[in-house]
Amino acid sequence: MARAVTRQRKIVNTALAWGIGFLIFFPILWTILTSFKTEAQAIADPPIFLGFNWTLANYEAVLERSNYGRFLWNSIIIAGGSTVLGILIAVPAAWSMAFVPGKRTKDILLWMLSTKMLPAVGVLYPIYLLCIQFGVLDSKIALVIILMLINLPIIVWMLYTYFREIPGEILEAARMDGASLREEVLYVLTPMAIPGIASTLLLNFILAWNEAFWTLNLTAAKAAPLTAFIASYSSPEGLFYAKLSAASTMAIAPILILGWFSQKQLVSGLTFGAVK
Amino acid sequence: MFSNKSLHAATALSLVMGGGAFAETITIATVNNGDMIRMQGYTDKFTEETGHEVEWVTLEENVLRQRVTTDISTKGGSFDIMTIGMYETPIWGANGWLVPLDNLSEEYDADDILPAMAGGLSHEGTLYAAPFYGESSMIMYRTDLMEKAGMEMPKDPTWEFIREAAAAMTDRENDINGICLRGKAGWGEGGALITAMSNSFGARWFDEDWNAQFDTEAWANTINFYKDLMDESGPAGYASNGFNENLSLFQQGKCGMWIDATVAASFVTNADDSTVADKVGFALAPDTGLGKRSNWLWAWALAIPAGTQKEDAAKEFIEWATSKDYIELVAENEGWANVPPGARKSLYENPEYQKVPFAQMTLDSILSADPENSTVDPTPYVGVQFAAIPEFAGIATDVSQEFSAAYAGQQTVEEALEKAQDLTNDAMEAAGYR
Repeated sequence: MARAVTRQRKIVNTALAWGIGFLIFFPILWTILTSFKTEAQAIADPPIFLGFNWTLANYEAVLERSNYGRFLWNSIIIAGGSTVLGILIAVPAAWSMAFVPGKRTKDILLWMLSTKMLPAVGVLYPIYLLCIQFGVLDSKIALVIILMLINLPIIVWMLYTYFREIPGEILEAARMDGASLREEVLYVLTPMAIPGIASTLLLNFILAWNEAFWTLNLTAAKAAPLTAFIASYSSPEGLFYAKLSAASTMAIAPILILGWFSQKQLVSGLTFGAVK
Repeated sequence: MFSNKSLHAATALSLVMGGGAFAETITIATVNNGDMIRMQGYTDKFTEETGHEVEWVTLEENVLRQRVTTDISTKGGSFDIMTIGMYETPIWGANGWLVPLDNLSEEYDADDILPAMAGGLSHEGTLYAAPFYGESSMIMYRTDLMEKAGMEMPKDPTWEFIREAAAAMTDRENDINGICLRGKAGWGEGGALITAMSNSFGARWFDEDWNAQFDTEAWANTINFYKDLMDESGPAGYASNGFNENLSLFQQGKCGMWIDATVAASFVTNADDSTVADKVGFALAPDTGLGKRSNWLWAWALAIPAGTQKEDAAKEFIEWATSKDYIELVAENEGWANVPPGARKSLYENPEYQKVPFAQMTLDSILSADPENSTVDPTPYVGVQFAAIPEFAGIATDVSQEFSAAYAGQQTVEEALEKAQDLTNDAMEAAGYR
């Protein structure tokens, strides 16, 4: 009897999980489907789910009009650069907060997080003027630095949480064996925190990839990433939903594939320390 | 021999150097709409003719507006040409942010620009942006449904006629709404329609001392008429419908009438996308007999931000893109129905263009809008569906949100007008107008 209830519950839970998963994924699925419709089919009422003539015309039109490769390359450099730079700064910061906490460590952590509470538009003009001053407007380097700074509090917090789960005694033992600080962080701490660092890297990469405020406002023709590529297909005066969907699909495809292949690391990293 | 070789080398070098110095790469910020995208497709022709390369930054209208405003107000220099509208041009021209277009070449024939467009894109008589295309608004209606309703659309109908016709054309069982109008919040969306409509009801945004006028009977009549009309004969959820939503409804045969931008005429008559392409008639936007119609006036125009290092190349591009030759180029390749409309007088004198079904009505609509004198009572501002002051966009967005909430039944019309009155007066006071 007990087995039957467990099985029943398992089936219900599985169905529920698939249902919720499908609901969350549905907007992306709909975007992908719309990208293969004609503009008229894209706005049809009632909406057409699968029974339409699949076409690649939107992808052809988008590739003909835009230099997708350049947008993609800019996205890779900006998201990748800001992530790597962020990790290089965040690992030592999180190490010191986790293993050598001071009186004000908690306050510093909260202060770092509070910088995320300011609406981005509030500092648009100062940042814009700084970019002009340093001659880095419409450059990838400006976005690498700005996106790194924006995401740094999250990276530090995530790494701090992972590092806190690692017993300090192991690091102490390494020190007793004569490991220097650099060796301790590089050869003892980092290998043990790999799942946490990997998931932090991935999450930060995704956040930087999708960031649309700064990437739209600080770029023009040279450094514009895929967010600008999508924005160029949105229009309040003209029905271009199918082309917009094709552009969106092309913009999210790389990150979707990356997420798919690294889901194991993502899940293990995000649930790291959740169950003791 | 040696000297001959040297001479040839020097000549070649000077040609290369000369060519290199002349050819520029200009960056143009523009909106994503059919005419602008078409222009991007012809950029190679411009490069062939002049040697200048063009880089495009295409953005959605509201994103573009924010982006170019940030850049020009900080002298960022990201763009050599900006696509801006009739609202920004006089304000930015007055601020000294734009290069005056007062020395355009003779071949360009600046006098050929429609006076309404040139007037709206000038400040104190100086042209600051060249119109790429212009638009007004007009009625697009289903000729078959009008006939079925036993009515005939006059060339210049009144709002009362529109209400009767909308009620007669509405067929809820077959999902046909008598009329589709914008209700979406946003100064350029529902805000544009209701402001233009209010002009025909004798309303205005401000009196001559910049006091808000939403507490007047004229405004109450406008909003009540709109809401009653749409509740009776409009589509469900009209409070959140903008241009695209109504275009979609009309193309699917779900609207009897649609009052919106004249550029929509080419969409609804295009058989590739529209199911009612051969059943569309056109008429002037309605009035109430007070001498002002409810059509707006707008242009997307090309302007050069002051401080660009590539002013000459930018000017060359503007002359090319807004020239008579460019119109001919598009007509040759894509037909007269696809040329950018509403900018030049000569286009409407062209017998080929006169054959396009909506050409004359577009011109009549543009000519009947007067930005200098858009309301029944005098005002201190210029503009038909907007007041050309920097504060207007923010205030009108807030006001249109209140109106949309009233359309959606979240508050009464009286409450919406009261809030609009207060927030407008507060903002104008804070800005130092009152």
